[in-house]
Amino acid sequence: MISKKEIEHLAKLARIGMTSEEIEKMQKELSAILDYFEKLKEVDVSGVELTPYVVKLKNVMRKDKERIGSNLPTKEELSRKILNQAPMTEKNYLKVKSIFENESY
Amino acid sequence: MNLTELTISQAHKGLKEKKFSAVELCQAYLNRIKERNEEIFAYLTISEKLALGQAEEVDKKIAQKEDTSLLAGIPMAIKDIFMVKGLKCTAGSKILENYVAPYDATVIKKLKNQGAVILGKTNMDEFAMGASGERSGFGLTRNPHDLEMVPGGSSSGSAAAVADNMACYALGTDTGGSIRQPSSFCGTTGIKPTYGAVSRYGLIAMACSLDHVGVISKNADDAKIVFDVIKGKDPMDSTSVEHNLQIPDSSFQIKNMKIGIPKEYFIKGIDPEVERLVRQAIKKYEAMGAKLEEISLPHTGYALATYYIIVPSEISANMARYDGIKYGLSVQTRGTNKEHNLLDVYLNSRRQGFGPEVRRRIIIGTYVLSAGYYDAYYLKAQKVRTLIKRDFEMAFEKVDIILAPTTPTTAFKIGENVSDPLTMYLCDVFTAPSDLSGVPALSIPCGKIGSLPVGFQVIGKPFHEEQIFQVAKLFEQSVD
Repeated sequence: MISKKEIEHLAKLARIGMTSEEIEKMQKELSAILDYFEKLKEVDVSGVELTPYVVKLKNVMRKDKERIGSNLPTKEELSRKILNQAPMTEKNYLKVKSIFENESY
Repeated sequence: MNLTELTISQAHKGLKEKKFSAVELCQAYLNRIKERNEEIFAYLTISEKLALGQAEEVDKKIAQKEDTSLLAGIPMAIKDIFMVKGLKCTAGSKILENYVAPYDATVIKKLKNQGAVILGKTNMDEFAMGASGERSGFGLTRNPHDLEMVPGGSSSGSAAAVADNMACYALGTDTGGSIRQPSSFCGTTGIKPTYGAVSRYGLIAMACSLDHVGVISKNADDAKIVFDVIKGKDPMDSTSVEHNLQIPDSSFQIKNMKIGIPKEYFIKGIDPEVERLVRQAIKKYEAMGAKLEEISLPHTGYALATYYIIVPSEISANMARYDGIKYGLSVQTRGTNKEHNLLDVYLNSRRQGFGPEVRRRIIIGTYVLSAGYYDAYYLKAQKVRTLIKRDFEMAFEKVDIILAPTTPTTAFKIGENVSDPLTMYLCDVFTAPSDLSGVPALSIPCGKIGSLPVGFQVIGKPFHEEQIFQVAKLFEQSVD
């Protein structure tokens, strides 16, 4: 069974806050799910290639320039639109809480 | 005439012959929604103003004798995972409760260009993670055939809306069965096209390599009409491909077809009544002259384990963008404790914003991708995925089409599976293999057990949607 400490570590990596009850519950659920994954051990995959995508992927490139058109928003409109969705802003910037104080790790 | 019971072609004919106006048709649906939505909760957002405006436009065109497309003036619903400019787009999650879409998804643009009337955005399992409709952050959707039952998921609201005549058709997404499973539970027709056939631009991502955009409708013809509009390569989605394959109608003859019946889809655990109805449907094709052949898709039993490694891996990456900084829910304080920094904002926003299934999948994904486990889980699953895909390739060397049940059971009771994630995952046992392989598959109703519908799947070769629609239509005609 996966340990509590491991779950705590995973939660931190994934940036999800968890109470101790939630960690305990996740410990049980994750263990059951990982047991289920054991099934794949039966499959012989020697020499088998990977399939990350079922279609062949090709990079699509375009010129890195501003797209201007009468039906397209201007730069200012765009940044206002984007900033309007942000929880905290100041002037034309996203605002965040301090990063360094109270560092926990 | 009950306007909300019409198919797309019937409603189009009525509009053209001026039996009713697009506004009248739209109003009939809006009335139906007002009457039924409180109980079923298929819609999260009802876009009455937008819908009536679009309907008026279509009426103007008809009055001026302009040609209108089949979809012009037809009221439809959209799973709340597609961006519709100016409407809220929540993906069923509290973390996006107040998020307003800044642009139209490509499929929405295409539908708007055809004059589609958008009634609203439908309820869904949070970020499309769920198979029952119970995992929406805003409350569960009920099955219109029995209110104590789940509608299936994750396109729960889309299937329930179409089944209950609250929309003529709806858009959904299918990553492990999220169009076909609720279609089976609600008695609707649902197509998951070939991977790459429809653009995903403007779709909120769950698992990019498996997310498919598709249609839930009243019948196969309607699904085809909508699919033909939304398909095609999109410069904004590098995984989309041009859909050029034409299968001429004239050469299609069911008696020349070989139909594969995969033995791994008729296993212990399937409800015997479901099996009986599906086998009865298959017999209809035999009576039409098709040749049936038992086939084997030997890696079917490994599909779910493969799926639940790959999907959470992609989820843990895709969900990283919800950080409480750029948009969406942001929890800036931690109770009475005033000492908090950026890390606390991340931890608390994601804890409160994400529901338990989303958090669970992020943790699973983080685990299987972490150093030391990556080879054993993620790489292994990607290889087994190749074998699952090969199963279909080999089968399609022998047969033209595959018929199978969509789900092992009919809709289950609300609350029955919600506390056990693994049992819920097993709902996708017959649908996940075709998502992993990218082959197109359609679910079509084939009867009921009591009040609950049963569906079967028509699975085709990549980009053979046309053939799937024709095969499905033959069944509809045989039971009419």
